Amino acid sequence: MKVAYWPGCVSRGFTPELHGSMAQVAPLLDIELVELDRACCTGAGVIAEHNQELADALNARTFALAQQVEGAELMMNICSTCQGAQTECQERLDANAEYRAHVNTHLEPEGLSYEKGLTNKNFLWLLVEEIGLDALRARVKRPLTNLKVGPFYGCYIVRPMDRLGIDDELPRDTYLALVIEALGGTVIEYAGSHKCCGFPIITMNKEASLKQAGRHLGDALDADADCVVTPCPLCHLNLDLQQPLAERAAGRSLGMPVLHLPQLVGLALGLEPKELGMDKHVVKPTQVIDWTTSVVAGVGAGNDGW
Amino acid sequence: MAAIADSDQGPETKGAMQEFTLRIRRFNPETGEAPYWDEHTIELEPHRSVLEGLLQAKGRFDGSIGIRCSCKAAICGSCGVRINGQPGLACHTHLDKAAASSQTGDGVIVVEPMGNMPVIKDLIVDMDAVHWKKIARVTPWLINKEPVPEREYVVDRESMVDVTQAMACIQCGACVSDCLSMEVDPSFIGPAALAKAYRFVGDPRDDQQFERLKDLAEDPAGIYDCTHCFKCIEACPKGVAPMNQIMRLRRRAGNDHGIVDRNNGARHESAFGTLVKQGGLLHEAELLPRSYGGDSWFGKFAPPAGLELIDSLPVITRALLRRKVTPKAALFPHKLAKADLQNVQRIFEAIEEKEDRHELNLYITGYDEEPAAGGEHSQAAPEQGQPGIEPEDSPTR
Repeated sequence: MKVAYWPGCVSRGFTPELHGSMAQVAPLLDIELVELDRACCTGAGVIAEHNQELADALNARTFALAQQVEGAELMMNICSTCQGAQTECQERLDANAEYRAHVNTHLEPEGLSYEKGLTNKNFLWLLVEEIGLDALRARVKRPLTNLKVGPFYGCYIVRPMDRLGIDDELPRDTYLALVIEALGGTVIEYAGSHKCCGFPIITMNKEASLKQAGRHLGDALDADADCVVTPCPLCHLNLDLQQPLAERAAGRSLGMPVLHLPQLVGLALGLEPKELGMDKHVVKPTQVIDWTTSVVAGVGAGNDGW
Repeated sequence: MAAIADSDQGPETKGAMQEFTLRIRRFNPETGEAPYWDEHTIELEPHRSVLEGLLQAKGRFDGSIGIRCSCKAAICGSCGVRINGQPGLACHTHLDKAAASSQTGDGVIVVEPMGNMPVIKDLIVDMDAVHWKKIARVTPWLINKEPVPEREYVVDRESMVDVTQAMACIQCGACVSDCLSMEVDPSFIGPAALAKAYRFVGDPRDDQQFERLKDLAEDPAGIYDCTHCFKCIEACPKGVAPMNQIMRLRRRAGNDHGIVDRNNGARHESAFGTLVKQGGLLHEAELLPRSYGGDSWFGKFAPPAGLELIDSLPVITRALLRRKVTPKAALFPHKLAKADLQNVQRIFEAIEEKEDRHELNLYITGYDEEPAAGGEHSQAAPEQGQPGIEPEDSPTR
């Protein structure tokens, strides 16, 4: 399937392995990515906090660009924060024709216009709803047997539920668990799976921010997880990049590998860890990968080659 | 009570009785014993509330169950609890829906006291110790402009519509219960109190809006301590969306009053906008130093940015060693192509130079159209809060 693909800023900046691994995984799932390279930052909620109309106009521009991609069935995100920020803007644009027309006046000079009703899905949603768990299961070459994975959703992709279209029919707040199972892994339930990583306040209240990251990783560790997986690069920054400081804030050592969703999928689909940029993480995923054989392994795997 | 209600309904309208199992978290700190779970099977019509179920269990099986309630109609805010892990009003949750959302696998409805507050007994938490203290913290009354008019204040209708959402709060504490910032930082003023603060900051009759905002922005546990997790929006049974009120407070503090706080809140927001305007995409390496040191290229050389750099050295070193971040990527930001960047900048300028912000509050306006048939983006019915004024009559349009 062909999708208008919005990678976001962080996946091309501080977590380049996310964008890279998505590009590797897409062809294996028959997803054709048409990158929206003309679109700008979603504002991550911060621009909306500053000026709602500005955030709505910038994102309406992105939606309009996505609607111009010929043959694309929908727009796809790999960043939960982008998904949440965009969905918030789309909710306002779709709810009110007069407001939509007003915002579209900002796009007119470029010859763009957003038409109501764009379908915009995170890669996680697309995996479950478009590709389907059975089809995904059928493509698994290297099942994640015995790998204990703690899902970490982040906030923007699970709340508010009505805005994100989460209900009994589309239980999107359970999809990570479904995907982990489909890939052959074991789902670890722990207290922090749907909580906040703390990243939005890292510059405002560093202590509280890192305490959040540290606590959730600690909970996952106590629940015996080998790693956690997240569909959000900003969560990844606080959970992986900042983990040495989160350990300090939580007062305990953690050493918890944090995988991006496309990396976990890629491993099961048979890609090599280095192709997925797994050597770029701050916390070495040695609990996930036996680097001597490049296969998925449980706890206690060697870390040769590092 | 239940018996009276039953007899009120004729045999035609009376639904079939059904059994529901309630698993109640019991705790009495005065006994010195650990909390425990207590199960009772009650019998009621499925549309009855969890509160009615609890009262039946209390009446029939165990009079010692502690639950606070009064109006039974989602008005008084007394019966805030957690049902199947989610905060809400026991009187506002149907038994059948609660059973359907059960996480136990066998339809058992799990009822616990709210979080972030100490338990007095069973399902009763100490609202005074947390919630009401925080409400008192934000000066929850109108500070009159002088001279006080002899008769009533006359204000624009529009200006009061803006605060109606915050005024819908019934002080049940559901948002406080699940606030994720408060979970790690109990000093955080929190969603309910900050929504209350906006109720007065947004009121044109109030005389000290600047002072209120300055106070809440400078407090390390104030408006910039909210981590934007949407938990309070999800928790609120009245559609108050406390987080949105906190964002309004930030907007007013930074934009309207130019308050640059010690918590880097205003600088962070300003730097974010500047960097996106400059490059179309966010230049993360520059965002952090600017948030600490000031929103300009020189920000990173300011002492607070230097201190932060030193504090974060272990992280920066490892990121560079692992080639997660290359010096090139840190110094030279990714940018949009020139033509696109110009269009993005044009939008920034057109909107930022306007004197009035154009905002759409869906709580007030509601949804004017049905969601597209078959569309994935399922629109919320304006079930939360009030159904909304008809769009034509909406004062914000």
